[in-house]
Amino acid sequence: MVKVTVDGIPVEVAAGSSALQACEAAGKEIPRFCYHERLSVAGNCRMCLVEVSGGRKPVASCGFPIGEGMQIFTDTEVVRRARRAVMEFLLINHPLDCPICDQGGECDLQDQAFGYGADHSRYRENKRAVTDKYLGPLVKTVMTRCIQCTRCIRFSTEVAGVPELGGVSRGENLEITNYVEKALTSELSGNLIDICPVGALTSQPYAFSARPWELKRTDSIDVCDAVGTNIVMQARGASVLRIVPRINDEVNEEWLADKGRFVVDGFRRRRLDRPWIRVDGKLQPAGWQDAFATIATRLKGMPGERIGAIAGDMCDAESMMALKDLMTALGSPNIDCRQDGAQYDLSRRDFYTFNTGITGIEEADALLIVGSIPRQEAPVLNARIRKRFVDAGRGGFPIAMIGAPNADPTYAAEVLGEGPDVLARLAAGALPFAEVLKNAKKPMVMVGHGALTRPDGQAIAHACWELAVQVGAIGTDWHGFNVLHTAASRVAGLDLGLVPGPKGRDVAGMLAGGVDVLWLLGADEFPIGRIGPETFVIYQGHHGDAGAARADVILPGTLYAEKPGTYTNTEGRVQQAFRAVMPPGDAREDWRILRAFSEVVDHKLPYDTIDALRARMVRANPVFGQAQWARSGTSDTTGPQAGNTPVAADAFRPVIADYYLTHAVCRASPTMETCSGIYVHPANQAAE
Amino acid sequence: MSAQPSAPEGAEPTHFEFDQDSERQIAAVLAKYPPERKASGVLPLLYVVQKQMGRQTGSAWIPRVAMDVVAERLEMAPIRVYEVATFYLMFNTKPIGRYHLQVCTTTSCWLRGSDDVTAACKAATGIKAFGETSADGLFTLTEVECLGACANAPILQVDDDYYEDLDGPRTEELIAALKRGERPTPGPTIDRLNSAPAGGRKVLVGDMAQKPQGQE
Repeated sequence: MVKVTVDGIPVEVAAGSSALQACEAAGKEIPRFCYHERLSVAGNCRMCLVEVSGGRKPVASCGFPIGEGMQIFTDTEVVRRARRAVMEFLLINHPLDCPICDQGGECDLQDQAFGYGADHSRYRENKRAVTDKYLGPLVKTVMTRCIQCTRCIRFSTEVAGVPELGGVSRGENLEITNYVEKALTSELSGNLIDICPVGALTSQPYAFSARPWELKRTDSIDVCDAVGTNIVMQARGASVLRIVPRINDEVNEEWLADKGRFVVDGFRRRRLDRPWIRVDGKLQPAGWQDAFATIATRLKGMPGERIGAIAGDMCDAESMMALKDLMTALGSPNIDCRQDGAQYDLSRRDFYTFNTGITGIEEADALLIVGSIPRQEAPVLNARIRKRFVDAGRGGFPIAMIGAPNADPTYAAEVLGEGPDVLARLAAGALPFAEVLKNAKKPMVMVGHGALTRPDGQAIAHACWELAVQVGAIGTDWHGFNVLHTAASRVAGLDLGLVPGPKGRDVAGMLAGGVDVLWLLGADEFPIGRIGPETFVIYQGHHGDAGAARADVILPGTLYAEKPGTYTNTEGRVQQAFRAVMPPGDAREDWRILRAFSEVVDHKLPYDTIDALRARMVRANPVFGQAQWARSGTSDTTGPQAGNTPVAADAFRPVIADYYLTHAVCRASPTMETCSGIYVHPANQAAE
Repeated sequence: MSAQPSAPEGAEPTHFEFDQDSERQIAAVLAKYPPERKASGVLPLLYVVQKQMGRQTGSAWIPRVAMDVVAERLEMAPIRVYEVATFYLMFNTKPIGRYHLQVCTTTSCWLRGSDDVTAACKAATGIKAFGETSADGLFTLTEVECLGACANAPILQVDDDYYEDLDGPRTEELIAALKRGERPTPGPTIDRLNSAPAGGRKVLVGDMAQKPQGQE
């Protein structure tokens, strides 16, 4: 630790800190544009000037290393004048178009010009104008507003790992561009909008929608993947207008994947806003009572084993608990939350969670990825892997992948093979990477759903565990066995036991006439066409997608923005989201629908408030009562069951065919549709 | 005001490949750097591209496809190559004429009559302003900063050759020679050797055996 004095306030900061960090430690606000905590230091905006004892001129504090006993002055006449002068330079070429700029009201330049700038401009010459660039359908550019802080260049190069942005030409003519007028190929490109301190990069879909001061902000959790990214829903009136990330260093730092951010325009489209009943093959609008009565009539006298329920990938834990309780009350053992048919050994929680934790990635020193493309399945988590890869330096964090030979993971990863047979060769030490894992102090093995959804999924999980034990990845202080989930609801579903009971049927068993009544709770991602023609289907959900099209009764449920809900991410971290807006029309919170229906069939569920329901969840599994998630090791190295199917040799297949269209909400979103066309099916686009 | 760093539509070739000459030069360049730091070779490689384009098409410029080839060869992101190529004015990112006329207009040359050189260039080639290419496609006129040959001002750089001590008529003569396909010898266009005094030596002349003055 180094002792320095900031404006007379003594502070202690870590050696190697910059003057800016020392000033922040002392509680001083330092204006800045190019400096960003999570990016490398560029030092080119010069806004963070301070005076340092012994220095003859002001220094840029962001890149100035502190020394013992240094005195820093942040509020002297020299500093004030220097900042005012820097501000004047920055504003020379910045247009005065704040009234038509989307950044207005949350613009660093606007705020800092107000705080540190002069009250008028002395500049009388022509301002420069810069042609706008095409960066894809998500990021809108108004490049004349750019102050060349280069944050976007550093973000795309360092964090996103797609070095596509750069500064071409020089001096007066310097322009930020990708030079080739092609869409940015990153699943994290939306973060450029947050990171841009001015209005040069703004959100294309949100353009001219609202002003920041009109929006009501509600903390929520992203359910488009299983990372559990912390987000803020920003709503005006009845609509959520945009989603931005919330800082949580343990989960997403301050990033958000594009799907979670831009799916928002699917929230109000194709919504199920009233109950529907199929009469003579056609869906007819109906009231709640009629819908309930229709289902109750169908259920009358039905034996429990002929009833089944499937929970979807975006469900909150509350509704899944209610569904589970309802099915138990109806005497049905047929319940499943694994639409994709993944198999897990549920006897221990660390067999199906990401035990290393997302922050744990930053300590790992070797990584084996099995049957997963984290860049698509969890872009924010992938950014963490890349962060570790970059921080560790050349060869410091060796990564190998089994499967996905052509995916660009944004870091150097050795592809060991395409099928799970490679695991046996690794275990036998036949591959050089086995040695790498063995020599690592904190090795990680990450199993994805490309592996777990195969018939031999349990055997692969078992082999991965055995390999992890063999290389010393599992111990009391380090747990290197990780399952990367793709469904936001999955871990909570497994925690609550939404899996078939004794003699119960799983998803595949419920299809093809396995049950007579099938209750779909937001489930659209399984082969719906294979539901038996005689099966009576109840679809409870928010979007008119595949499940609703097949349904005999539709019960309009709510989206994650419209209900308070609990979500458990791939680590097993329990997080809560709040209600941002009210559901449309007659739609109701999902657990309330199930609770109300239970009364119609005389199996009244024993909770009337969400608090009572949450207490019920804690009784079902104490993890829902834990306020904090903490990494834990294990001394028990007994692995998960290997299942009955031995490991086959066929290659892993990617779980996600189209990153932008993985669930009902994004299929309703025009923005996601556009992205899919541009990024995933460029050939079709060209043909049009 | 805004610079247009990329080539106009239609000028961009669809394909670029290094020829044998270039490959030899590249091998010599890359031998200077450790393999994991070969990105350092980006500047020399861009020159190799520009020369090859000059040899092959008569227009020494660097198309984007060629920058992509350089990026691939040096295993660096294409944008990093674009940044370098557009930063240095010695790289032409747009097609140019057969001969690249680069007039120095910085102080020394300007004081010694670079305005006349510029005017002569324009008159002889029909070019109206800096940055343009003549109608016959032979010449591109560019204004450059100090070329470091102030002792021989004013100076006109044609491709890689310095033509020094110019004035209006001699510039027109030079351009006429270039049009005929000749390459006059580079260097001073007046009676002097390199930067030596015009018209021969001015000091240490005469009988060296004679005693120096004032020492009789």
